[in-house]
Amino acid sequence: MEYEVIIGLEIHSELKTDSKLFCSCKNDFGGEPNTRCCPVCLGLPGTLPVLNRHALELAVRAGLAMNCKISGFSKFDRKNYFYPDMPKAYQTTQYNLPVCYDGYVEIEVDGITKRIGIERIHLEEDAGKLIHDAYGSGSLVDYNRCGVPLIEIVTRPEMNSAEEARALFETIKSILEYTGVSDCKMQEGSLRADVNLSVRPKGQKQFGTRTEMKNLNSIRAVYRASQAEAQRQIEILERGGIVYQETRRWDDRKGESMAMRNKEESMDYRYFPEPDLLPVIIGEEWVASVEKNMPELPRSRRDRYVNEFGIPKYDADLITMNKKLSDIFDRAVAVCGKPKLASNFIMTDIMRRINENGEEILDANLTGDNFGQVLLFLDRGDITHAAAIKVIDKIVETGEEPKHIIDGLELWVQRDEDLINNAVTSVLEANRPALDDFLAGKDKAFGFLMGQVMSKLKGKCDPAQVREVLMKEIDKSAGRQN
Amino acid sequence: MSICNKTIKETAALLRSRKIGAVELAREYLKEIEEKNPSVNAYVTVCHEKAVKAAEEAQKLLDSGEEISLLCGIPMGVKDNICTKGINTTCASRMLENYKPPYSATVYERLEKEGAVLLGKLNMDEFAMGGSSEHTVFGPVRNPWNTECVAGGSSGGSAASVAANMTTFSLGSDTGGSVRQPASFCGVVGLKPTYGRVSRYGLIAFASSLDQIGPLTRDIYDCAIVMNAISGYDSRDSTSVNIPCDDYLQDIDAGVENLKIGLPSEFFDTAMDDDVREKVLSAVQRLEERGAVIKEVSLPSVSYSVPAYYLISSSEASSNLARYDGIRYGYRSEKAENISQLYKLSRSEGFGREVKRRILTGTYALSSGYHDELYIKALKVRRLIADDFNRAFENFDLIAAPVYPVTAFRIGERAGDPLKMYLGDIFTVSANLAGIPALSVPCGLDKKGLPVGLQLMGKPFSEKLLLRAGLVVEQETGRLSIPCEIQEHI
Repeated sequence: MEYEVIIGLEIHSELKTDSKLFCSCKNDFGGEPNTRCCPVCLGLPGTLPVLNRHALELAVRAGLAMNCKISGFSKFDRKNYFYPDMPKAYQTTQYNLPVCYDGYVEIEVDGITKRIGIERIHLEEDAGKLIHDAYGSGSLVDYNRCGVPLIEIVTRPEMNSAEEARALFETIKSILEYTGVSDCKMQEGSLRADVNLSVRPKGQKQFGTRTEMKNLNSIRAVYRASQAEAQRQIEILERGGIVYQETRRWDDRKGESMAMRNKEESMDYRYFPEPDLLPVIIGEEWVASVEKNMPELPRSRRDRYVNEFGIPKYDADLITMNKKLSDIFDRAVAVCGKPKLASNFIMTDIMRRINENGEEILDANLTGDNFGQVLLFLDRGDITHAAAIKVIDKIVETGEEPKHIIDGLELWVQRDEDLINNAVTSVLEANRPALDDFLAGKDKAFGFLMGQVMSKLKGKCDPAQVREVLMKEIDKSAGRQN
Repeated sequence: MSICNKTIKETAALLRSRKIGAVELAREYLKEIEEKNPSVNAYVTVCHEKAVKAAEEAQKLLDSGEEISLLCGIPMGVKDNICTKGINTTCASRMLENYKPPYSATVYERLEKEGAVLLGKLNMDEFAMGGSSEHTVFGPVRNPWNTECVAGGSSGGSAASVAANMTTFSLGSDTGGSVRQPASFCGVVGLKPTYGRVSRYGLIAFASSLDQIGPLTRDIYDCAIVMNAISGYDSRDSTSVNIPCDDYLQDIDAGVENLKIGLPSEFFDTAMDDDVREKVLSAVQRLEERGAVIKEVSLPSVSYSVPAYYLISSSEASSNLARYDGIRYGYRSEKAENISQLYKLSRSEGFGREVKRRILTGTYALSSGYHDELYIKALKVRRLIADDFNRAFENFDLIAAPVYPVTAFRIGERAGDPLKMYLGDIFTVSANLAGIPALSVPCGLDKKGLPVGLQLMGKPFSEKLLLRAGLVVEQETGRLSIPCEIQEHI
């Protein structure tokens, strides 16, 4: 039987604010345990929350970027449960009146564009972190993360494959990065997703029973967990079994999931309106000003690359998917004025380095400025392509100035004609048979001769100039022969 | 005769005329507390050294000749659910028996800044839940008028300490009558301000949408002085209201001529002691004699106020008190072997019966399946009650009512009957549900010689008008003070 897979995602993203959601403690990753907390985020008796306006603005910005409607009237609620990482024993979140609702984002899989509905985006606070057995046996709690602002983005169940789920997660990640809503550092847990998935026989109207996979913290995990869960449910149905509604935990190392709790064990959170906070009234004027200050979104940046720079759409898509890369590209183009050269260099050489070494290479030393300078030298013929790659690697490693690196490694193209002439003459003398082959019509032999000359010159000369001299010398020797 | 029976106004005059020094005054009060507290049990913590030190500072201010607050050097007591940095703040619960907050409540900060001198922290019903100050890990507060009787609650220690001359004024908190009812039982003035007028920052929450801090004083004038110090917007409390405060002393003696005062028929149809009814009505008559226009008014929904109040307050309490889990501070059971036991045992052993009863009620009311039928319905009733008051205030300036159906009852008499206790709150809870200000002002003694209070309610932010009318009642019925022969035997 053929099955249809139905996937919805819930994405949690930490917001890039200076301070926490309800107090003035610094919002930052890590730090000595329990150094970034105060009576308010520790929920000490008598303390009260005050909403961080910037967090609200970032939530609205995310909503606008995902084509959501913004609630004129929104409120906070308490989600009650006992756990040591939650010092008030409730999480302040939004239950039925989220800040943003009813939007969509567009994803592209295999060249086909699909619109995925965004049901809602709401604001809430993060919890602390339990540390097990780090200092002898027993568990300790670090409340530094407690009260860090989060948005939860809930999509409609409108994805039908692991590929679509992955594309949605990637798209939302890049939107959040572009809008400055979140830095999306997944290794620090600032972006994580829950996958809700069900399957049904193709043609059936009624949804199948869904499961929820919690806290997936990489694009790869979203993809693999979706694929594995769809497979697991289909196998159960094929066997004539029943899929249970349950929460599952994905083990990325093993590539499989296990049940955490079933529906009967699901908690009653006893939501009710947070009496310590007033309802949030959002005026249209304020929304308009947030919209006006919205940074460029990945889609429009891609269109700009295609229309203004004439870069292929595939390349433009890949570059814009990653905001840091795209920022580097933009700046480099401004420095060197050669968008195609920049995109070609990225698509071949930079991409390979990202694939080999991870995105971190974009975090450190490589900037639009130094990359642009390298391209400028390359374009002017001051260095060769091979040299440019060496320079980039060195930049990533040390952050040195390109010019300094080229000086140090002696990578400047040599323009000394005598040097080239001597090299060409000696190569032609030493490789008589190859010259004869070429003159006999074997074009391939030219490449061999060219390679020999370049290697003799240690790659430090302009290949075009070398080629010119080589041709001239070959012509001469041909003339002598005749 | 001791200096300790004076009002703030009188004491401030003595301090300014150098008839007494702030330190001497503080010591006098500390002596009074030492003598009377064993029988009244109003204080759970007495700050001997800190009080003297604060008084020394206040004296410097007094000596500086600069313009200073009327409260400079004036002794005060603070209910033990209001955070005082580095000083035990227990909520009269085993759960917080040794809890010292690392910060101070806004109200306390403001009073400290004006130079008021903290004598100590005051006994109460555990977590402010109760109307008799019997539900406390420190033992019941005794009414100074008759130590066999309760002082009322939950701010029983706040009321008793003022009545017994163990402080010049005190702060209490009022969620459903917890300032007004003990004020009435002990014959002092108590005000519950408009919700949002006084910052709740640092008040340990019972029911966040109902709690307000209010003053308990010897007379109306003092109440206005304290209100001037503690009211106003606080950026740390999102529910505090950012509109300017009145000067509560200005025109306080403008009288009640032509003020329209409503008597809610639903309240006066309710069963109450004959003495209470008589004293309240005679106070109303005095207001009429001074020029007020008295008419009946109907508040049809107030008959549902008690169940609505208990559902809403208990629901919020079940969430507010969930943080006491034995993990970070407060009581932790020694017997627990795992996390779930730690929660269960710490909470079972740390909370008293009444608190547990409310947590259970609230948890039930918010549970799925009951949420709409109980919690949501109570919110609807709350709205109806607020509408009743809004409508009434279209035609009336004030509403007059009793504070409590009876005067102070005997300790233990009602301890086993929570329902009877809850129903007693019929006259007070609706002001909290509607968020409006309400004043309790003494209006006479019953046949047993126990104080009766008159309650005046007004529109949001009409505290000034309440105090104006309260002053007329005080002038007409006379300030209540405990007769010397009783005072000396406490």
